[in-house]
Amino acid sequence: MISLESFVDLPLIWFGLIGTALFLYVLLDGFDLGVGILFPFAPSDQCRDGMMNSVAPFWDGNETWLVLSGGGLFAAFPLAYAILMPALYMPVILMLLGLIFRGVAFEFRFKAVKSRFVWDYAFHFGSIVAAFMQGMILGAFVQGVRVEGRSFAGHPFDWLNAYSFMTGVALLFGYALLGSCWLVMKTGGITQDWARRCSMYVLGYVGLFMVIVSISMPMMNAGVKELWFSLPNVFYLLPVPLVTAGLFIMLWRDLHNGAQTRPFFLSIGIFLMGYLGLAISLWPWLVPFAFTFRQAAAAPESQSFLLVGTLLILPVVLAYTGFCYYLFRGKTSHEGYY
Amino acid sequence: MIENLDPVLLSRIQFAFTLSFHIIFPAFTIGLASWLSVLEWRWLKTGDTVYAEIYRMWVKIFAVTFGMGVVSGVVMSFEFGTNWSVFSDRVGNVLGPLLGYEVLAAFFLEASFLGIMLFGWNRVSPRMHFASTVIVALGMLISAFWILAANSWMQTPQGFRVGENGMLYPLGWAQIIFSPSFPYRFVHMVTAAYLTTAFFVGGIGALYLRRGLHARQARVMLGMAMIMAIFVAPMQLWFGDRHGLNTFVHQPAKVAAMEGLWETRRGAPLNLLGWPDQEAEKTKYAIEIPRLSSLILTHDLNGEVRGLKSWPKDERPPALWVFWSFRIMVGLGMLMIFTGLSALVLYLRKRLFDTKWFQFWCMAMTPAGFAAVLAGWFLSEIGRQPYIIQGVMRTADAVSPVSGQAVAISLAAFFLTYSVVFGAGSYYIAKLIGQGPDTKADVYGSHGIKEPPLITNLVSEEGERND
Repeated sequence: MISLESFVDLPLIWFGLIGTALFLYVLLDGFDLGVGILFPFAPSDQCRDGMMNSVAPFWDGNETWLVLSGGGLFAAFPLAYAILMPALYMPVILMLLGLIFRGVAFEFRFKAVKSRFVWDYAFHFGSIVAAFMQGMILGAFVQGVRVEGRSFAGHPFDWLNAYSFMTGVALLFGYALLGSCWLVMKTGGITQDWARRCSMYVLGYVGLFMVIVSISMPMMNAGVKELWFSLPNVFYLLPVPLVTAGLFIMLWRDLHNGAQTRPFFLSIGIFLMGYLGLAISLWPWLVPFAFTFRQAAAAPESQSFLLVGTLLILPVVLAYTGFCYYLFRGKTSHEGYY
Repeated sequence: MIENLDPVLLSRIQFAFTLSFHIIFPAFTIGLASWLSVLEWRWLKTGDTVYAEIYRMWVKIFAVTFGMGVVSGVVMSFEFGTNWSVFSDRVGNVLGPLLGYEVLAAFFLEASFLGIMLFGWNRVSPRMHFASTVIVALGMLISAFWILAANSWMQTPQGFRVGENGMLYPLGWAQIIFSPSFPYRFVHMVTAAYLTTAFFVGGIGALYLRRGLHARQARVMLGMAMIMAIFVAPMQLWFGDRHGLNTFVHQPAKVAAMEGLWETRRGAPLNLLGWPDQEAEKTKYAIEIPRLSSLILTHDLNGEVRGLKSWPKDERPPALWVFWSFRIMVGLGMLMIFTGLSALVLYLRKRLFDTKWFQFWCMAMTPAGFAAVLAGWFLSEIGRQPYIIQGVMRTADAVSPVSGQAVAISLAAFFLTYSVVFGAGSYYIAKLIGQGPDTKADVYGSHGIKEPPLITNLVSEEGERND
């Protein structure tokens, strides 16, 4: 029985891997979903074709990061998977159904003629449901999960409350920001002008929601408060809010002076800082506030076995994903060409 | 009544429903990918454009099917947790990595050569494109390898120990992956996928011939499908028999339910047809062939076959489902063999492509593979009940702490969604079939993408502004 336990810190590596996969999912599918959220508000049908084409080559690759996060969680932290999924039963199922509609809309829209509008709505509402449910899942997650023994012991509707509703709305705006910045980069003409106005509009909301979450997290949980506001932590962690604020200012100025590519990367930066902030707050919990990632880890021989394959395949996938984005770089048009 | 909804039964129905929908797509794409490889190889070898035209027609259908496989597959990767969390927790150490490898294989495919296969025609060299098709086909087989390894382990578990807290721990990966039923199940399932594709393609070819459309392409489709029917369908009978004998050794209760046998006896008869009654503990209206069951299972007219009564009542699988799933699967297999034999006779008489009844027959057989695959999985999964892991963990003990109502609602939502989405998918596939092979197709893959820049010519398009 091979085990890499004595050489490396397996739970930590897997925690990092799954955290990274999930973050990549949030980023990559975030802009897809953002495009879907903004879809019906675009100025013309031609714009909509262009928007759809700008994400068409990527969406299915992006969505597989979600499968990897889910499958990876099962493989590496079965206990966490077994508690979180029942706790989040309804939002997870609704998210999946939203993603189904969103996904097949890509496949069907280009084949439909008379019924095209149906798939436009499927794309839009599928994206909204998926994004909103992901936000609610986040909200429910940070509030903690009731656990007895090794299983979820809460109510089926524990996930549904004002706070998770707020985080749901917050993520809608967040994804809309990613999506609109993506469109600023990938389109031109009136689509781009419109996307830029969208970015400016949602940017304020994203800032507002990030402030609310940042203030509420320490208020809800003493441990989080202790972590951020005790000395000397406060000085080590001060760069997180400062950098975030800086990114907001840069993005605001970029949107006003007509930058094309940088806004998207700045919006990625904002998401990265938000994710980092949450990760720091919740460290080391994987099932807040019941099991840490070490307590939820699978047997070392199980984690070792899958790690071998992952380390072989993941770099190839990452390289190819990068290559794909490089290949389909530049502006998209409304015509069938990408 | 609404309070008494049983989460175990509903979770089983939901899992069966979503999985049955999902399996249809891989069962088709596994075969299709391999067939596309053969087509492209024939094209490169002979230079006959008919193969390229067929390829380009079916690669579009492949893309739609693959897309639906992806979205229905995402559901599966979460459902283990949402509905079977106790199972996930206890066996995660053993099954988690296997499913993890499956995800990696699928992911690797999705993120890599599929793009070239769908969008890369004329954009990369023919050799590179051919290589991509072959890699996608191999990737599908690797994906099937892992998922069948996981399922086989649940049927015939080995290579693990049970910890003091009821958790399962792996002892040897080779033992876990190559559990006793795995080689049989893998060969049987891959062959089933190939036959499913063959009969689907053959049926479409027959449809075109019947209508006098696309005659050249249709002959290739029907001809290649019949090669599979002639040679592979009889092989499948043999593979299935071997698989059944393996099951007889490791899961005798499943076999007893398949045969509808209640009493343990020597020289057991074969129930050709009948109605197993779980309450009355007998198979009603049975049409028996004396001693045949013993002969098939033990290769001895007087061999002993265990009947269902030798297990306590709560250890018996629901015989009616298992019995009939088995007969539907085998019956369809026999019809496939009959199709192959007819094709052989017609071919020798040089009437394969213009015999009217045979064209109708092949059209009727179009969905036969799907039905047989589903029946086979119903047999395999229901036959394992009441266990989720044979002899180790009961299905009733595996379920999540979710309420029956929640599962009822999600089941209804899945039912509605899948009806709409996959109904539409089938409609668009039918539309693609209606269009037939296009000799000057300009739309690639499934995304309506015209001539995407895969390797070169990116510069000219840059700076082009929308509107």
